[in-house]
Amino acid sequence: MAKLTSYAAPLRGLLVLGAVALAFGPWLFGGVTQIFLTQFFCMLVLALMWNLLAGYADIVTLGQHGFVGVGAYALYGFTALGGVNPFVAVLLAGLVAFLVAIPTMALVFRLRAVYLAVGTWVVAEALMLTAGKLPGLGQGSGASLPVAVARMLGATPSARFASIYWLAFALALAAFLTTYLLLRSRIGLGLTAMRDNEEAAGAMGVDLRRARILCFLLTAPFLGVAGAVITLQKLRVSPMSSFSVNEWTVFVIFNVVIGGIGSLEGPILGTLLFFVLRDHLADLGPWHLIVLGALSIATMLLEPRGLWGLARRALNFDLIPVSRAPSREFAARFQGGPTPQGEREISAHPAE
Amino acid sequence: MSEPRLTVEGVSVYYGPFRAVHDVSLTVGAGEIVSVIGANGAGKSSLLKAIVGQADRCEGRIAMNGADIGRMGTPAIVRAGVALVPEGRRLFPNLTVEENLSLGWRVGRRGGPRLADVYDIFPVLKERRSSPARVLSGGQQQMVALGRALLADPRFLLCDEISLGLAPTVIADLYALLPGIRDRGIGIVLVEQDIGRSLRASTRFYCMLEGRISLSGSPDAFDRETITRSYFGS
Amino acid sequence: MVAAIVNTLVQGVLIGGLYALFALGLSLSVGVMRAVNVAHGDFIVVVSYLLLSIATGFGLNIFLALALVLPVAFLGGFALQRYLLQRVSGKAVLAPLLVTFGLAIIIQNGLLEGYGADPRVLPGGALETKVVSIFGMQLGLMPLVTLAAAIVLIFALDRLLYKSQVGALIRAVSDDPGAASLIGLSPNQVYGIAMGIVGMTVAVAACFMGLRSNFDPASGPGNLLIAFESVVLGGLGSLWGTLAGGVVLGVAQGVGGQIDFAWQTLAGHIVFLAVLAVRPQGLFPRY
Repeated sequence: MAKLTSYAAPLRGLLVLGAVALAFGPWLFGGVTQIFLTQFFCMLVLALMWNLLAGYADIVTLGQHGFVGVGAYALYGFTALGGVNPFVAVLLAGLVAFLVAIPTMALVFRLRAVYLAVGTWVVAEALMLTAGKLPGLGQGSGASLPVAVARMLGATPSARFASIYWLAFALALAAFLTTYLLLRSRIGLGLTAMRDNEEAAGAMGVDLRRARILCFLLTAPFLGVAGAVITLQKLRVSPMSSFSVNEWTVFVIFNVVIGGIGSLEGPILGTLLFFVLRDHLADLGPWHLIVLGALSIATMLLEPRGLWGLARRALNFDLIPVSRAPSREFAARFQGGPTPQGEREISAHPAE
Repeated sequence: MSEPRLTVEGVSVYYGPFRAVHDVSLTVGAGEIVSVIGANGAGKSSLLKAIVGQADRCEGRIAMNGADIGRMGTPAIVRAGVALVPEGRRLFPNLTVEENLSLGWRVGRRGGPRLADVYDIFPVLKERRSSPARVLSGGQQQMVALGRALLADPRFLLCDEISLGLAPTVIADLYALLPGIRDRGIGIVLVEQDIGRSLRASTRFYCMLEGRISLSGSPDAFDRETITRSYFGS
Repeated sequence: MVAAIVNTLVQGVLIGGLYALFALGLSLSVGVMRAVNVAHGDFIVVVSYLLLSIATGFGLNIFLALALVLPVAFLGGFALQRYLLQRVSGKAVLAPLLVTFGLAIIIQNGLLEGYGADPRVLPGGALETKVVSIFGMQLGLMPLVTLAAAIVLIFALDRLLYKSQVGALIRAVSDDPGAASLIGLSPNQVYGIAMGIVGMTVAVAACFMGLRSNFDPASGPGNLLIAFESVVLGGLGSLWGTLAGGVVLGVAQGVGGQIDFAWQTLAGHIVFLAVLAVRPQGLFPRY
């Protein structure tokens, strides 16, 4: 095992190198690959955000698609109706999603933890239905972005692909770094400790309720910007597709669960796998989702930490270390000594 | 095994990384009252929880009449004949007194004690049979908890802090019942912070300090000072 | 004008009976699972398809088909709890939620594969078209029977939970499973029975949903949201409250539908969120 650990540094180097290479995507890849990667970045952002909430902040949301859709419609409103430059509108879309998240948070946090998940779904559903009622935004059937808006992204199709690619790449990078830094901060330590033991996390002096609210509000702008970037690529909004529960919530949840919830590697792995298998699985029709559903149930039963959990057991190290430090700190603070090591863990009383 | 005994051998109990009970051994015979005393946090409650299978993680051997019960789930342990009157009573607050008493697995089955027997011991519970348990006084709640445990027809009865928060006269009434229970061949373990009363009621005692047994034997074999020292540490 | 308002209200109350049927099982299962069964709506839909297949396949009256399905639904709920949900239940909401989420997606797509996307309706026979006149209003017999079924089911469940030994067991175990095992009860066995009862309420809900409206493989999530909103609106744990919650939703949707057909569903959600804002404990909290 010790030998595998020596691969940690080179593997991390490879990861950084890969990220740097992706920054130069438009010069390296053709149009089809760029579109593919743009979609990957957007899905990755959604996966990172859902994982932050469900895997760390103990907020299992089923309403992610609500904020994605809000971002999409905000982008349409700012660009097509307001004449705002799309690069600016993308950021404004994030702001709108954030503003929508504040009352949403105030409402769903009134529900007990058990009910919160479905509460977020109701809000997303209400947002979708509202979007279909907004004047000038195509109502139920949706609307296409005017060509003039697309032109502002670049004079030629390939320049437009590149613009959207960089937007998506910058968003994914920002989402990753924000999540990474947050999880390594004191708040992240508290959240990780909460996952293991709520009282201990309280004892560490982290206000858990505030930390959870912070996470919820933090994810909204990222989801909104992702919705805006997706819309720039699709050049179209409609309640059904911009607020698609299947695309922006169901697939995202499956990706994170199968990849490995509660780690940063998991969402990346899961989203990568999703795109690699997508074309093969799409031929299966409804069986595509049946297979993913069965896989995610099997994951929860057999290895709740997902594929990355399996890989980590073999590797014995984190590629993106965020979760090791807190458990040590937690043990030290809680007990005033090191964790008992080498003692066999025998459950004398297995739950009946 | 000729003589029925509840045996605990080398038991350690963990909460996460924290070891609450450290390599503890004790025995209780049928028809015997044994006290486990110790300061708050000494590991007494954890030990009782481990015996009835409610500890998160526990090592060691727990046996009744020679048969290992350590790997059975709580309901099976209770059915085998070990009942716990838990700290804080753990009644079902929204159920009536009668519902609380009559839900036990043995209630209404042939051979075991019946509801009427509990009402004979605690007449006040019969009067309040239709009240939700949450409106009862602390003493009455403790009676329900004790009655509920007795209805499981136990061979061994573990009582965790039954006097906590009760008026002295109520405590005296509860303690007055113990010899009668013992005389029916039931082995009793009393866990108390209050040393005096429980030591007077028992034939043997174990004193716990920071998760370990610091002293054990007959209460008469030690002077007050020795017991106090092993209680608080020195 | 007054007649139109009264009619909207009455229709809202009648549809509220159906919503209460959706909500009863969900309310009960939350106490068992300590999480919302995300597949609750899809379970209702899958049983509707089962009823459809039995009724049309054997040419049976739909209520006879329901009688046949009830024991199956009990066993289904029991088995689901004992062999799947129990293995992921614990202190965290995440695992049971995600497992039922996976089930929901599997059911939706399995039904799509098996029955296609076309909307279906259960054969109600003569009941479908019968109209009765009450206080001068022409009311469909089927909506009235549905409301009556909801009231009867709530009454029966209330008796079962609060007046029977099984009910006391279920309440005890969902109050404090640790204390229940201390008196020799097996919480898992009791949870299984409770989910079996949930399964039976799902079957009744499925029957009336299929009789009163179209359903297709994607109807499940809509049912779930309705059930969820009724439970929260009514006040958690209160059976009669779920009927009130269902009625509030039904009336809100009816009023919304009067303004514009497309407002129907949205009006329900808005009223739900508004009540949540001012009265998070629901209208009739039990404790």
